[in-house]
Amino acid sequence: MKILVCISNVPDTTTKIKFAEGNASIDTNGIQWVINPWDELSLTRALELKDDTASGVKSVTVIHVGPVASEPTIRKALAIGADDAIRVNADSADAWFVAAQIAEVVKKDKFDIILCGIESSDYNGSTVGGMIAEFLEIPSVSAVSGIKFENGQPVMTREIDGGKEVVTVPVPFVAIVQKGIAKEPRIAAMRGIMMARTKPVKLVEPVAADSLTQIVELEKPAPRAACKYIDSDNAAQLIELLQNEAKVI
Amino acid sequence: MSVLVYTENWDGKFKKLSFELVSYAAGVAKMTGTNVTAVSVGKVDGTELKKLGNYGAGKIISISNDHLNILDNQAYTNVISEVAKKENASVIVISNNNTGKAIAPRLSVRLKAGVGSGVSKLPLSLNPFTVYKRTYSGNAFAHLVIKSDIKILTLAQNSFDLVETANNATIETQNITVDSSLLKTTVKDIQKQTGKILLTDADIVVSGGRGMKSPDNWPPLVELAALLGGATACSRPVSDEGWRPHEEHTGQTGKIIAPNLYIAVGISGATQHLAGISSSKYIVAINTDKDAPIFESAQYGIVGDAMKVLPKLVEAVKSRK
Repeated sequence: MKILVCISNVPDTTTKIKFAEGNASIDTNGIQWVINPWDELSLTRALELKDDTASGVKSVTVIHVGPVASEPTIRKALAIGADDAIRVNADSADAWFVAAQIAEVVKKDKFDIILCGIESSDYNGSTVGGMIAEFLEIPSVSAVSGIKFENGQPVMTREIDGGKEVVTVPVPFVAIVQKGIAKEPRIAAMRGIMMARTKPVKLVEPVAADSLTQIVELEKPAPRAACKYIDSDNAAQLIELLQNEAKVI
Repeated sequence: MSVLVYTENWDGKFKKLSFELVSYAAGVAKMTGTNVTAVSVGKVDGTELKKLGNYGAGKIISISNDHLNILDNQAYTNVISEVAKKENASVIVISNNNTGKAIAPRLSVRLKAGVGSGVSKLPLSLNPFTVYKRTYSGNAFAHLVIKSDIKILTLAQNSFDLVETANNATIETQNITVDSSLLKTTVKDIQKQTGKILLTDADIVVSGGRGMKSPDNWPPLVELAALLGGATACSRPVSDEGWRPHEEHTGQTGKIIAPNLYIAVGISGATQHLAGISSSKYIVAINTDKDAPIFESAQYGIVGDAMKVLPKLVEAVKSRK
């Protein structure tokens, strides 16, 4: 079994977002880029599966669509433990474009399980994983919060409205993963960081693909009204305000 | 031309989310001078289907087939894309819940339709077709232009008010055949949560953080939620510690919710937590630390110890008129 983990790099999740001139993108000055949190969890779970020799997982590859500037993110994934990496050398124009690139790579270089985070913390699109599966005409399972092997077959837990289902689909497939897939992201150890320097990063030139969407403007969320404080000794007043002023209870 | 809306059902029933979707689709149809066709998959009776008409669906297509009882992303994509083609849909509206996230991207590739995910307002303009969507986990909103002929919009839950209209919907029941060899998903086990209000559906959510100090301190919080007819939630450290189930974790990597009222108890309000709750209409903060960032996002605040404040709130709710 070969696992491919799709990784996106995003601003550190504690970043205070500022906009660049023109308000169509963010000001990237001083931004710390990290692996998208769900992708990091996917990678962690993929490595746990590989560690378990009974799973039959032989390799974990990461793929990223982005320019040379995102190499540090790829190296970080290698330091965490991925065996090798593929970088499609293109700016990620939109979800359609990115999915088309990854699908093209998978067509040539076969993988059994493709893991994608359920969304990226920057564009919050939740679309790349499902798009890859449809480009490849292979099954996809979404909102996956668990994946393990039973008798050599991958078995997944997916979240549905009001519960969970344990499901299987034949390989190859795309699993679109969410919280729960791994407990905590694996952290790179010094040995991993040293080893990452010599691990192979295959460079792939992009294929022609459209982009169907484009951000033309960003705006800040509307400011909220200032907080009205209620004395803790008179906490009951809060209920009165919620009922008669806010009218939400 | 039409606006197609996919209305999921739960054991044959629709819920508020379904009507929000139809109301939204009706708003888009009004802007574009077209009509709304709702498509339902699974066994739903006529009385229930007709409810979709109350929110502006002109035509309701009900598709039933036993093979569609479980969600197979490819099978659902086949069914909905066929309807979209027949109905000459120019816009497709789906929820951005787990089902929507499973189907929308596949439909996108099938129909070469750009996706606007998590939209929370009607389109800002039709030419170019521009939607308003959450980005940077709630720290910004984007004006996103969709360039393709067909557009797919996934609607953020509880972001669009219900709009009732006169009902003159026609219902069309279609019995379709599904080639079972194409079904790839096997469900081995289902664990359903019963008798509880779902966190993502709840209008009121009471949520606890590390300031609750111990899992043993939860009873008054749970009682307050129950008295208000709401659901319980928690912050990430609380679910990581195993004090509460991970299904309750709200925040960037947990559930993203938009209730009418979110009561944050002992939650400091880190950026990652706010990312999951910032679309709540009202936020109440209860925290011992008066400088906790949660107060900047809250409309009502109490600086105080949760263990003293919660019982008072419980009493106040019990005795209110």
